[in-house]
Amino acid sequence: MAKSALLKSSIAKKVAMALSGLFLMLFLAQHFFINMTSVFSENTFNSISHFMGNNPLVQFVIQPILIVGVVFHFIMGIVLDFKNRAARPIAYAKNNGAANSSWASRNMIITGLVVLAFIILHFYDFWVPEMVYKYVEVNSLDETRYFHEMTAKFESPVRTGLYCLSFVLLALHLWHGFSSSFQSVGARRVSLGTQKFGYAFAIIIPFGFIFIALFHHFNH
Amino acid sequence: MKLTLKIWRQKNAAAEGKIVEYPIDHIEPDMSFLEMLDILNDELIMKGDEPVAFDHDCREGICGMCSLYINGEAHGPDRGVTTCQLHMRMFKDGDTIFIEPFRAKAFPVIKDLVVDRSSFDRIQHAGGFISVNTSGNTIDANTIPVNKKDADDAFDAAACIGCGACVATCKNSSAMLFVAAKVSQYALLPQGRIEATDRVLNMVSQMDAEGFGNCTNTGACEVECPKGISLENIARMNREYMSASLKG
Repeated sequence: MAKSALLKSSIAKKVAMALSGLFLMLFLAQHFFINMTSVFSENTFNSISHFMGNNPLVQFVIQPILIVGVVFHFIMGIVLDFKNRAARPIAYAKNNGAANSSWASRNMIITGLVVLAFIILHFYDFWVPEMVYKYVEVNSLDETRYFHEMTAKFESPVRTGLYCLSFVLLALHLWHGFSSSFQSVGARRVSLGTQKFGYAFAIIIPFGFIFIALFHHFNH
Repeated sequence: MKLTLKIWRQKNAAAEGKIVEYPIDHIEPDMSFLEMLDILNDELIMKGDEPVAFDHDCREGICGMCSLYINGEAHGPDRGVTTCQLHMRMFKDGDTIFIEPFRAKAFPVIKDLVVDRSSFDRIQHAGGFISVNTSGNTIDANTIPVNKKDADDAFDAAACIGCGACVATCKNSSAMLFVAAKVSQYALLPQGRIEATDRVLNMVSQMDAEGFGNCTNTGACEVECPKGISLENIARMNREYMSASLKG
């Protein structure tokens, strides 16, 4: 089979979406654990953040892979959504989607676009200033700045509210996305255990992020 | 029972269609949905109107010919049945019932509620078969041992009647449950393994060419399938496809 045919096939796209989604979930989990340290210890959070921000492997290998993963997942998601909409040019006058599927599974594009908007805001808030600090202004290394940079962002109730809302939508995205990725990669049986773990992941990680945001909002 | 029917009427494939309202009375709860439509059509013919065109054949739930999207669900609100096995007892006196054709770019409307599902035939032609030597040297299938679990799973997949409810109900108009059932039915058996690689590649390629959407694992197809075809088949097809692609 020609490689071009494989890349065009619906199943290959579905598998690629699933693999990029699984990769992003791994990233999300490690981001969560790092953020959680900020609740317990300012110094631990600062030293891990300093390591992540200055380790060449993280900066120049893992970070570009992550950015490619994020961009790929969103572009492919949007492209597939357009294609799927085109597959039904005339909509039903009456459609009862709730009778056979969850809201989260039917609205991945909505939850996904909200998460995309959040990621853009997050890049603007943290990633762009970080890049400017390190590579444009070429400031000296300061291991103690990360904690205060983060808590400063959670001072505004509007920004903290938007942050929390985005994570509720992320929870809905993961609610379907976790077990769906296993199904897409052809997992032999998406067992009840996998599904339960997926639901737990979809609640614990996003609501953990919300807890961290509220903790810093009310304590700093 | 007294009902209000809101039915999609469309003169032909090229014409614009619209929902037309028909009041209907004296419907018995034990009637099948298609018998109710027969009564409506009798009334329309008596009045000199064009009867509503709809697909049907065996009326025993096994041929896959009847379709209809009823009150927002493929084959209506009952589970594990085709429209011919749906009974009016599922509705209440005074209900309004929307009756629409299965909607998908790959299932164009021919007339009223009748759609062209030949895209499924073309997918089948692309690989939904096994090549058998019919020169007189055919080996009895029962001489080849088959694992009981595989035989059961193949049989379950083979229960697909190709009605298209999976496509109709999928928000993406994806045909993956149908194609996965056909791929699995053969891939699980030794007789089907011989052509398994070409089969999955050709059937998926034809499925994509027909303009069906992509599966996003909502699971709606499995719920609405009158034969209970499992999503497990889609996972199997994904595995078969990726391994066939790597081989090819």
